[in-house]
Amino acid sequence: MKIVALAGSIVGSKIKTAISKVVEIIQNKYPEHEVVLLDLAEYKMEYSDGRNYFEYDGDTKYVTETIMAADAIIIGTPTFQASIPATLKNIFDLLPVNAFRDKVMSTVVTAGTSKHYLMIEQQLKPILAYMKAHIVPTYVFIEEKDFLRKEIVNDDVLFRLERLAEDTVMVADAFAEIRAKKDAEYDF
Amino acid sequence: MEKYRIDQSKGIEFGLYSLGDHIPNPLTGERISAQQRIKELVEESQLAEQAGIDVFGVGESHQSYFTTQAHTVVLGAIAQATSKIKLISSATVLSVSDPVRVYEDFATIDLISDGRAEIVAGRGSRVGAYDLLGVDLKDYEEIFEEKLELLKKINDNDLVTWEGQFRAPLRNAQILPQPKNGSLPIWRAVGGPPASAIKAGYMGIPMMLTTLGGPAVNFKPSVDAYREAAERSGFDPKELPIATTSLFYVADTTKEALQGMYPHLNGGFQAIRGAGYPKQQFAQAPDIRDALMVGSKEQIIEKLLYQYELYGMQRFMAQIDFGGVPFDKLMKNIEIIGNNILPAIKKYTVK
Repeated sequence: MKIVALAGSIVGSKIKTAISKVVEIIQNKYPEHEVVLLDLAEYKMEYSDGRNYFEYDGDTKYVTETIMAADAIIIGTPTFQASIPATLKNIFDLLPVNAFRDKVMSTVVTAGTSKHYLMIEQQLKPILAYMKAHIVPTYVFIEEKDFLRKEIVNDDVLFRLERLAEDTVMVADAFAEIRAKKDAEYDF
Repeated sequence: MEKYRIDQSKGIEFGLYSLGDHIPNPLTGERISAQQRIKELVEESQLAEQAGIDVFGVGESHQSYFTTQAHTVVLGAIAQATSKIKLISSATVLSVSDPVRVYEDFATIDLISDGRAEIVAGRGSRVGAYDLLGVDLKDYEEIFEEKLELLKKINDNDLVTWEGQFRAPLRNAQILPQPKNGSLPIWRAVGGPPASAIKAGYMGIPMMLTTLGGPAVNFKPSVDAYREAAERSGFDPKELPIATTSLFYVADTTKEALQGMYPHLNGGFQAIRGAGYPKQQFAQAPDIRDALMVGSKEQIIEKLLYQYELYGMQRFMAQIDFGGVPFDKLMKNIEIIGNNILPAIKKYTVK
């Protein structure tokens, strides 16, 4: 299985810290799966102009093609103005309407205050559902106070990240199995 | 309808169209040469004519996996190789060409073919041509409207005086050669949603509507919106032909059709759109209510008649060569269309 961990912001360290932790957990727990970290801070992305994702050049082409080739995607997003950052929305805009069909998606989110705990439900999940993702229902919400100098200092967060990694792989495995069974029923 | 060379007493017209598909055959992984592909297209048009098919279309798409970027040249070769089948573009990306030049080309094809040429003008769903031919994508909407107006004006007048934003003005310009009977049928190519169907209606020109898949009823609003807009603009919708288009694969049984089409459809979608065709959705496609034309002879006939009831179109255009379909499969499709589909649908649609 190909898993992509996407850090959806180009500023700050918290989401990078959290998503890197998830990558580490997956690498340790599931060495048989390939996991790639895409940190948007390291890429120069173009804005979507309506063409097909594979018709862009350079970083935009690499990032979108890597996402499209994934079986499971773990999105890491900070909270900007009560929503996802524009850099992450641009990724969605670059992809086709049904880009996440047959892909499992889960989320790690950071925010400055607990008041944003429903941001994912209200802002991100509707987009993922529209793009046909199989969404892992629970997500990991991490606050400012859970970090200290680029480390996660709240054990509860670490346990939840472990469960998120496990849930993501489990849901992806389950859907792959169901899909294979269903595909076998079609005689074309 | 005569203005557009449509004779409804002969029933609905059936046509084939191609974008010069040049995708590897997913079953072998091999791709024929561009030269062979173009030659096969010419041969296919001859077979289509022999089978009694009414129309043959060639379109342009300026990027990988296509061979008929110079679609007017290919249509010229087909004009010479055939004698009665109508020749249309499917479509001409008018936004990236000069309408004067487009008109000259099609008037010439009309003369070579003895009055069989038609223009279908579109904006192009793939935007590769814009960069390549130096057209700014930010003008996508406006440049097409302006060029289509000019094209229509050239068609309606002997001398053209015109001024616009995207081309040098014309003063009493005579565009030569003139087509055989003084004018050509000019259609507007319309994607799924109603917005550009409405524009076609306002302009009072025929519409060729893409209905690639999903419930056929989803495209009905575009048909209605087109006729309403035409009426508001003072045109009689009964005088304006509508054509619909879809991907097409027919075989003796449903199972054979599904098995024959799926690898090509899926491979083609993967190549062109970057994501395959979902099997679940494809499994629903033989249903009479789904616009994707795949199924047994009987199912295809039922689908076409169902859509005829729904849209009341004058022409149906089938794309049978999407996704690296080898020539023997194309021949088989044409054979079934000629022997089984045409007689049945003509019989029920004569007016």
